[in-house]
Order: sequence, then structure tokens, then C-alpha cells
Amino acid sequence: MEIQLTLNGRPVRASIEPDTLLIDFVRAHGCPSVKRGCETANCGLCTVLMDGVPVLSCSVLAARADGHSVQTLEGLQAEAEEFVSFIADQGAEQCGFCNPGYVMNTIALLRENPDPTDDEIRAYLAGNLCRCSGYEGQLRGIRAFLNAKKAKEAEPNA
Amino acid sequence: MPELKTVGKPARKKDAMNLLLGKPAFVSDVTPRDCLVVKILRSPHAHALIRSIDTTLAMKVPGMVAVYTYKDVPNHRYTNAGQTYPEPSPHDRLILDQRLRFVGDAVAILAGETEQAVAKALKLVKVDYEVLTPVLDPHTAKDNPILVHPEDNWESLCPVGADNKRNLCASETTSDGDVEAVLADCDIVIDHVWHTKPCQQAMMETFRTYTEIDPFGRLHVISSTQIVFHLRRILSIALGIPKSKIHVEKPRIGGGFGAKQTMVAEIYPAFVTWKTGRAARLVYTRQECQTAGSPRHEMELHVRLGANKDGKIRALDVYTLSNTGAYSEHGPTTVGLSGHKSIPLYTGGLEAFRFAYDVVYTNVQAAGAYRGYGATQGIFAVESAVNELAERLGVDPVALREQNMVREGMTMPAYYNEVANACALDRCMARCKELFDWDARFPVRDMGNGKVRAAGVAMAMQGSGISGVDVGSATIKLSDDGFYNLSIGAADMGTGCDTILAQMVAECMDCDLDNVAVSGADSDTSPYDSGSYASSTTYVTGKAVEQACEKLKNQLCTLAAEALGCQPEELEFTGKAVRRLDGTAEISLADLATRSMCSNTTAVQATATHSSPVSPPPFMVGMVEIELDKETGAVTVLDYKAVVDCGTPINPNLARVQTEGGIVQGIGMALFEDVHYTPEGKILEDSLMQYKIPTRLDMGHLQVEFESSYEPTGPFGAKSIGEIVINTPSPAIAHAVARASGVWVRELPITPEKVLMGMLEKAEG
Amino acid sequence: MLTFKQYVRAQSLDEAYALCQKRSNLVLGGMLWLKMQDRTVNTVIDLSGLGLDQIEQTPEGWRIGAMVPLRALEKHSGLAALTNGAMAESVRHIVGVQFRNLATVGGSLYGRFGFSDVLTLFLALGAVVHLHHGGDIPLAEYVNQPYERDILTHVFVPNQTGRMAYIAQRNQATDFPVLTCAVAVGPEGVRCAIGARPMKAALLTDEAGILAGGITPESAAAYGEYAAEHTAFGSNLRGSADYRRALCKVLVRRALLACKEDA
Repeated sequence: MEIQLTLNGRPVRASIEPDTLLIDFVRAHGCPSVKRGCETANCGLCTVLMDGVPVLSCSVLAARADGHSVQTLEGLQAEAEEFVSFIADQGAEQCGFCNPGYVMNTIALLRENPDPTDDEIRAYLAGNLCRCSGYEGQLRGIRAFLNAKKAKEAEPNA
Repeated sequence: MPELKTVGKPARKKDAMNLLLGKPAFVSDVTPRDCLVVKILRSPHAHALIRSIDTTLAMKVPGMVAVYTYKDVPNHRYTNAGQTYPEPSPHDRLILDQRLRFVGDAVAILAGETEQAVAKALKLVKVDYEVLTPVLDPHTAKDNPILVHPEDNWESLCPVGADNKRNLCASETTSDGDVEAVLADCDIVIDHVWHTKPCQQAMMETFRTYTEIDPFGRLHVISSTQIVFHLRRILSIALGIPKSKIHVEKPRIGGGFGAKQTMVAEIYPAFVTWKTGRAARLVYTRQECQTAGSPRHEMELHVRLGANKDGKIRALDVYTLSNTGAYSEHGPTTVGLSGHKSIPLYTGGLEAFRFAYDVVYTNVQAAGAYRGYGATQGIFAVESAVNELAERLGVDPVALREQNMVREGMTMPAYYNEVANACALDRCMARCKELFDWDARFPVRDMGNGKVRAAGVAMAMQGSGISGVDVGSATIKLSDDGFYNLSIGAADMGTGCDTILAQMVAECMDCDLDNVAVSGADSDTSPYDSGSYASSTTYVTGKAVEQACEKLKNQLCTLAAEALGCQPEELEFTGKAVRRLDGTAEISLADLATRSMCSNTTAVQATATHSSPVSPPPFMVGMVEIELDKETGAVTVLDYKAVVDCGTPINPNLARVQTEGGIVQGIGMALFEDVHYTPEGKILEDSLMQYKIPTRLDMGHLQVEFESSYEPTGPFGAKSIGEIVINTPSPAIAHAVARASGVWVRELPITPEKVLMGMLEKAEG
Repeated sequence: MLTFKQYVRAQSLDEAYALCQKRSNLVLGGMLWLKMQDRTVNTVIDLSGLGLDQIEQTPEGWRIGAMVPLRALEKHSGLAALTNGAMAESVRHIVGVQFRNLATVGGSLYGRFGFSDVLTLFLALGAVVHLHHGGDIPLAEYVNQPYERDILTHVFVPNQTGRMAYIAQRNQATDFPVLTCAVAVGPEGVRCAIGARPMKAALLTDEAGILAGGITPESAAAYGEYAAEHTAFGSNLRGSADYRRALCKVLVRRALLACKEDA
């Protein structure tokens, strides 16, 4: 079947099998950041934004994305760069395989709630598993970013 | 010692930003998509013989290229264990066997043009199984009339006490002193059995491999592996082809934790490629990882701990029954750590010890290597026994440990008589006690609503590489403009060893970290390295890096001497240049590099290889506070504090994250990660939906500090960090739960049900 | 893996209804559970183009479209007020935000899964499901009916006359529950739903009049005992029947007392 969608801002028209999953579709269309970590919708590695909402691309039919806008980390590099350096400063990226999923969901979190508490961060990212970092360093990184942002905002305009 | 500029600093990992931004880095990202898809047909039975197998229908599916069965593979046995040859793990595998030994064992290899074709063909292979009675209970495995490996070409290459006609993968007894006599003389003997489950590494990237024939006609393997060199050897033995025909490399690895220290998946696409000449890939599903992977060895540990009323721990007797499952991988070696890395913690006043074990074959998923490698299981049992002793004596478990722990300078009879040259365990305990506010938080506190808070403690040790076995090498070369290429055979699996070893180069060569480019691991181009396991990379390979840098400096001085018209002895290396000691002339590194590329006969590339006769243990103390809901049995981890002695932390950030990650895996093992079998031997926790690893809501708050010692045999005084960090949560949490509930849960995981039902049972008397 | 030959985004409920009459066709909800099934069907029917993703207030209560994701239930202030926060409490532990952005209320109720937090809560709420052809059916009846070939379009939640509370026990924060408990207390009595038994949720009232004299620590405990006695429990990986029975007493008592505390 034919579908038409916006992938990272660019219109894409493609012919697909009806049961193609969105994760396989985007990986085949230049978005290898989207990872598969399970078959049971538990790991969060495949998180993409569909019409701005974070969803598991392993559980969305590509056909369902027809007519919608899909964003992956490939298309949100600048927004990610704002905060991921703070996670790098903690060494919390570790193996990196879960990173794109939780970076995408962190983008969604910060859009929805620009000033989250630690508990709000934990709750929002609960569906993003990481086996390396023990999560604490990821939290420190996001917290450091938020603190830096606040400090910058508090600076009197020169 | 001069002040360090790069070592000991929290440098960013060299690959951090690219990983965080999702750039292509892993096997599936960097290998061609256009290749054969390989899938494995797996046994539905725990024990069966293939009577007949018909692949005709499967091959009729359009796009199918090959279906291989046991009739197509070589008939000589090997082991998947990534260990130095000759491997202690008996050679007991064929690529495909007529006998199937666990639910999930490989029946056939299918290769086709598309995922869909192969998935369809999987259902069309007709197999007639002769279903046999399986050996499922490790207690009755030894000398069971049913044999897991009755075959005559089973072979044990090392004297590990293995005997396939007894279902024994290994067996041994070691002792020092008369343990029975000392136990008989003790005031108190703690005597219990502890049980741990075959937990899964559950790294986020499942096993996966891409294979192709390269332009030289060699088998080129790109795999997510910790062991490129062992893999080359194992593939060669399994396929029956020369090692010179195989080239193995690894891109970034999406987590390993020991899982990828075993050849789990590589053989299948390699076999397909070797047979068909076509590129192939195999990506394990999560279900395959959970049921046909290489998990921790299930162990049952019988500990008898003898002590006097004054708290002096005098004797430890540990018997471990380890379940290696259907195959031998890491069976004979993991079990050793259950005693040799738990008993020595109490070297302080120990008069006698005995450590005996049996490792048995059963018809369940074969175990393998998982962070902690047997020490985790042993420390759970021994540390729990010590906590039970403290409770029986009514003394502070911290004070009890301070009385009995191993201290710097002691010889550890249970640790191959090695001397604890660098041991800050006492300082770890003191600091952790202070950090945790132990005296205030150890007493059980009632929070109302049926909730109580309580604390637990545990110590741990591990090793740093395998003494007398592991080999680490490094090659460093001067390149244009004076930057360095560091080439290693160790595998960075997210741990950051590429960066850590580069920090050592930067320190030795007195340059910026950005001036060091790292590559590896590649079996063709990297210098030999056993691989990244056994907490060896920083300690063993790090030392090789240090030595390679010294060699390179000498070469640079030789080259500079030619340029400056003097003798090398008259020169010194300053980092940016080589100059005459009298200060009259110098040549910059950039100029030296340029000179090295024109009419030059002096090598500016040095390789060093290192192996250590000892394996200095890192030490650690962990303290946990939990809240127990006494009406539901629910345990919430509130706070975990740990202090680690890893010698010199080369990169404190990465050491900290290693520790935090290990603690959370340990919390998972302690509280959630369970494995159940059906009566037929099928694993029920075959997905991340059923096998629950901790989320960020399950771990409370973590805080990690370091108490450094200086290990004289390690690079910059470093020991190891990678494995020890998983060892304290199980005993510490079990301790806190017992304090809160009065119930000692001696079988992991500690589920709310075990706690509540234990409390109800106790209440009924 | 779920495989199929055809995907249809239904243009009308009648079209969806007609398509779902065939045994080889399947209606999609969030597709989270469906895609894990190793199953081949002919056509999957997507309701996402039918505007069933609205939460509307009516004089009698709230009308929730079948395609409303659990995350929308969680964030909805009107439903929070209606349920004293129990709505969000009942779904916030389900896997993660991305999962709840996909999982739908219609899928959850149609599935009548044993583990369902949503089913437990909506039972206690006295919800009524609306089927395109079958019309309105009280959830308490619907829960025990066989899977019908009809389109679940909406669920209606009546205005609540009293207080309610939701408590679930999980072995791990985002796992399936070991036991769920939703209690609604109003002038007309008590509706107590107990789910993840592990069989699908069951509804209890206070036929014995244990709470007739009001909710006290004693009466709440007595009702907890009553609920545990009058509910069937089974065993699965997450807990035994005995453990669930013991939990039931505690969760029911706590939920009742929470309703009282709130008041």
C-alpha cells in the first residue's frame, strides 16, 4: 500500500507492506537511531515523536502514520544537543544503545514540562530502560542542564 | 609522584556525543542491510533426539536460500566460552546436534532473502522428535542415569574435575586448616543454604552478527562481541577452517556484562556465509536472548560459618552446587569465584576454610559469564551468613566486619595466597558508615501505616584480570602533526575503556586527550588481547599501554637524535618536543612526525604486551535503606550508598557510573529478576515483559564515593571496577529486609510474597 | 508477530462493523498486545479516523471515546476530579508514557484482560460500554461476555455520588499488577472491584451490610476480610492465590479508609 507522511520535516511517499511497523519503516528511511530492544513494548528504545507525541515505533503501524508527522533523533539534533552534553559530562551515555530512545522522550518531557522535578523526570522516563548507567547519572545530567538553563535565564540582560 | 594531568580526571567518553545523538555505531547500523537473513529453528523440548527432519517444504518458500541441519555440520566438539586456550570449559558443542539439550537449543539454521520468507519457512521445517526425559533438577543431576552429554567425542581439555558420564562439568575441593575441628570448637555456627537464579545480563542490544566473504576470500565477521580473538579461534574450531581465514571486528557494543564473552550467535551466520559465500546477518530476538543466551549460573550455596561469642569469625565452609545447564560455558571457572572471592573477605581471624563444589549439567539453557562471575552468588551467601551472625550475637554488623575483615598487607589463603597489597576496605567501611549515617539508620524505625525502615550492609571483592592467564596489549604510533594512534584488542562495550586507555596515553605522553585516537578491537589489526572480561582491561591492558608509551618515547628520542645529530641519551621527551638535556636544541613532535615519514628507518610505533601473575582485588562496601510495607511485603529501596576501592580511579566519572549501573543490576537481581521453568523445562520469563529489570522508579537514590588505594602492579595504581559493583545489593537488601521483617529470604529474588508469607508463617509460629 | 494482508482505516463505524464480522479480520486498539500475538489475519481495521478520541462531559457523566489513549485519561482534570485522582493512579504505573500514549481505553476494556488496571477502575466507576450495534451494556455485564464481533465506540462513566480510591500492588514499578483494587463509596453503597486475581476483575458490593454503619478502621478491615473470602484468586508468576488473598484484605481496607480520609 502507499503511504505519505512527514519524516523529520521532509515529505516521504512510500510503498509498504500493510503490516510494516513504523520502527522498520524509519530505519529503512535513513533513521538508524531508532533501536529495537524488545518485542513487547517494554524498553522504550524505539521512541519517536508522532505529531509531537512520544510513542513506541515498534507498536505503531507505518500505515497508521500515513498523513502524520514523525520525528526521530536524526531530525532533532539541535534540540538534543542542548542537553545531551550534560549527560556526556556525567559519563552516563555508557553503551549508547538506549540513548536515542531516552533522548527522544526527554525532548518530549521538556516540551511538556520545561521545569520538571526529579520525581517528574523519573516518572516520565520510567518507560525508558537502561541496563548500563543505573539511571542516576542520566538524572544528574538532566538536572545539570536544567540548572544551567535557569542560571542563564536568571542572568541580567547585558 | 608528579601531579597527574589526565589520569584521575572525569574526561568525557570519546564516543559520548555521537552515541547520545544517535549516530550510526552498532552492528545493525553499520553493516549492509542487503544480505541473507538468518534465523534459528529451536527445540520445543528440553531433551530430545531428532528422528528425522524434513526441510523440503521450508525450502519451497520463495526467497529461501538454505536450511542446514545436524547432518550438514562438522562432527567435532568445541565450546562457546570466550576463554584463553585450552579452555577450562569442556568441548561439548556441535554447531547443530542430533541431540537437543534444552528448550531453545538449535535444531536448524535457516537463511533466506527476507525476514518474512525465513519467518515463514521456520514454521515449515518438519521435525520428528524422540522426546527424552530431561534432567531438570540440579540436585539430582550428578550421577543421574540420564546423561546430558553421553557422546564419546565430549572432551575436557583441562583438569577441572569434569566427567560427562556423571553429568559433571567440574568438581573440586580446596581447604586450609581443619575446618571441621574449628567449627566443632566454635560457640556459634551459622548453617544455611542460599539460592540464586540464572539472571540475564539483559543488555539493551541483543546478540547480533554480520558476516561476509571479503575480497581476499576470508570470512569477515562484524559482531557485537567482547572477545574478537577468542571468537576467531572458536569459529575456526567449529567450522573446521584455518584461523588465517577469519577476520573478526567489533563496532560499538550495546552492552555486554559478560553475555558477549561467549559465542552465542556468531557461528550461525558465519556458517551460512562460509557455505553460501553470501553475506548474512543474524539478530537475536529478546526472546532468544532470554532463552538461548548465556545467563548467570544458578547456584545453591551451603555455608557453615563458625564464630566465637566475641564475634571472631574462625571458620568458613562453603559448598557450591552450580548449574551450568546444557553446555559447559564458563561452568568450571565461575564456580571458583563463589568461594575464592567471598571467603577471603574474612581473612582477618580465619583459622580454617574449606571450599568445595560441583558444577552439573542439566537440560536447561546453558549459563555463561555475567558480571561478578560467581563472586556475586558467593558473596550473597557469605555476606548473608555474616549478617545472620551479627543478628544472632546482637552486635552491629559493621563492627563485626571491622573485627574480621581482610586488611592491607594480609596474605589471603583462600585467594591463592595472594597478598592484599592495596586494600582500603577498612576505609571504605568507615567512610560508608559516615556517609550513610549508619548509627542513626541501622535501628529499625516504624513509619506508621504498617511501614518500617531498616538498613543492611555488605562487603565485596573481585579480581583484576585472570592472574597468569590474561594478556593485554597496546600499540601506539606517532602520526602526522604529532598525534597518536592507540590500537587495542580490548573491547569497549560502553564501559569507556577506549577513553580510559587514551587517558593513560595522554598522561604518559604528556599531551591532550584529543591528541589520542583509539581503534579496536579487530583480530587482524589490533595487538593480541584476551578481551574485555574478568575486570581486566584497565588493570592488564592499561599496564600494556603504559609500557608501550615508554617504548615509543625511546623510539622518539632515537629518531630525534638523528635529526639533532646527537646521542639518544642526551635527549629527553617533553610531550610537545624532544630536546637536548642541555637545552641547546629541540625538535617538535610535529616535525618528528613529518620526519618519520620521509627517508626514515626508525619505527615510531611501539607494542607492549602485559600479563600479571596476580589479580589484585578491588574492595567495596554497600549500605542500603529500605522501606518495608509489613502488610503487603513490598520492599522499596530508598537509598543506596557505596564506597569503592578500585585503586586509582582513572576516570572518576566512568568509575562512578560503572558502580551505579552495577548496583542497579544488583538491585534487580535482589528484588525482581526471576526465572521459572514449566515442568517441561521451558523458561517463562522469556521477555522484558516477564523478566523485570529495574526501571528508574525501582532504585531509590544512589551515592557512590571512592577510597583509593595504590596498587603497585597496576597502571597508575589502578585495580578494577567493572564487576565488583554488582555484588553488594543482594546481601545488603536481604539484610535490611530481615531487619525489617524478621524473615531471612535466602532465595533470590526477594519478592513481596516471600517476605509477607514468611512473616505470616513466623507469626503463626 | 502479527501479520496481515490488508490495513483499512475505516471511514465510518458501519464500515468498521461490516469488516469486523469476518473471523479473519481484527479491530486495532493501541496494537500493543495485538502485535505480540503470533497470528496471521486478513484485514486489520483502524478506528483512528473516526473521531473516537474525545472525552466529553454530559449532564450525567463523561463519555470517553474508545480511541482515547490512557495517557489522556491520566492527564484529564475532569476525570481526576470525578475519581479523586484514582483515574491517574490507575494508569500511571503502566509501562511508560510512550506506551500509554498508544494504549487505548477501548482496547483495554474490549480485551477484558486479567491484569487490567483500567478494567478494575471502570468497573468500580459503574461504567457502561457502548457497542455500535449492541448498544449500551453495563461493564459489569460486559466483562463476563464472550468477545463480540462489534465495535466498542465509547465508554460512559456516570457522575459519582461519593468518593473513590485505587490501589494496586506491583512487584516492580511498571510491571503488571499482582492485585488491583478500586473502591467507590457513595450513598447507594459500595462498589469494590478486585482485579489481576489474576483472572479479570470482579465486582463486589456490600450485601452483608458490613459498612452500613460507616467506614471505620474496624468495618473497613471486616469488609477486607469479606472481600478476600468472596473473591476467587489464582496463581501466576507474580504471586500465589494465597498471597493475593492476603493482599486483598489489606488493599480493600486501605482503599476504603482512603475514601474516608478524603471526605
